[in-house]
Amino acid sequence: MSGREPPEPELVVEIWRGRESGEFVPYRVARRENQTVLDVVSHVQRRIDPTLSYRFACRVGMCGSCAMTVNGIPRWTCRTRVDRVAGNGRVRIGPLRNMPVIRDLAVDMAPFFDKWQRATGRFVPSDADNRRTFARVPPGSRERQAADAGIECIGCGVCYAACDVVAWNSDYLGPAALNRVWTLVNDSRDGARREHLAAAAGDAGCHQCHSHQACMSYCPKGLNPTAAIAGLKRETVKSLLRGEL
Amino acid sequence: MGGMKYAIASRNHPVYWAFVLHRASGLALAVFVPVHLYTLSLAVREAARFDAFLEWTENPLVKGGEALLVLLLAGHLAGGLRLLALEFLEWRDWQKSIVAITLGIAAACGLLFLMNAP
Ligand code: SF4
Ligand code: SF4
Ligand code: FES
Repeated sequence: MSGREPPEPELVVEIWRGRESGEFVPYRVARRENQTVLDVVSHVQRRIDPTLSYRFACRVGMCGSCAMTVNGIPRWTCRTRVDRVAGNGRVRIGPLRNMPVIRDLAVDMAPFFDKWQRATGRFVPSDADNRRTFARVPPGSRERQAADAGIECIGCGVCYAACDVVAWNSDYLGPAALNRVWTLVNDSRDGARREHLAAAAGDAGCHQCHSHQACMSYCPKGLNPTAAIAGLKRETVKSLLRGEL
Repeated sequence: MGGMKYAIASRNHPVYWAFVLHRASGLALAVFVPVHLYTLSLAVREAARFDAFLEWTENPLVKGGEALLVLLLAGHLAGGLRLLALEFLEWRDWQKSIVAITLGIAAACGLLFLMNAP
């Protein structure tokens, strides 16, 4: 190498160290082509400070475990390119908002998933004894399309971290759990429509949502929990008027 | 070091600003309505004081304030209709345009008031 090579471009990355209280610690990381935010965090943990705690698994946007707050916005870090977020050569990475910090960038997602259970976000077969072998579901039907629109959720918690109502009311079920319930309400094979709607209509349910649309703005899968929640608002009101709730 | 005090940049999107305006106009109107009712009651009870008050409202600064109130009221009303449409009609993907239309209606009402002001 000749001495006239330009210095390797560097990125100053500030990473949250600590628990609920702590501080952002700066690290210098070499800039690479097509580098993701997760690459940067992994580099810091492998080469600079092995005590850094964070979480990831698939690295290809499927598992939903790598979400962090990047320059104030919740993102899936394995699919977020540094080029997109580091305009001024600085990146600040923190844990997701609205969940207890375990350490550094790892948050406790148990409250998030507990709420899926509280929202009855699980499929209940209407045909439990399997007498009917195949359910016929026309793919083009209105209900199936509504269910399909929300089905690709990877449980990353980005929407939940972006939602102010979760921040204001820690009981609020949140966009992901309610989006899941909406897919079930529209699933003709599900046998617990009334339970789903009752759970969604509760004190901590869909009627808490202010339609801020932060969830849909940042969902990495491009889902629209706001529309799902609006659907739940309509269906719960209709069921109430029909005397079904 | 204290808690995690970094900017919540995720709030910076048009529909969130629509929410902030709706909340702020609601609070401002909540302050204004009692004042409004009080001055109206003056018209019934103490005509002289009410006339003095009306004279005061001829002041251009006060006129500007009134236009602002009309703007707030129109904005709050249009914003409320926006929310009802969002939640009770089919979902529409042009939410940002709906926010823009809401602001447009509010601005038009404010301008109409100013143009008709003597
Ligand atoms: S639309 Fe509702 S669920 Fe989504 S971020 Fe806003 S308040 Fe939360
Ligand atoms: S709805 Fe989107 S942002 Fe929310 S958990 Fe599912 S994939 Fe993540
Ligand atoms: S590591 Fe699996 S989604 Fe990012």
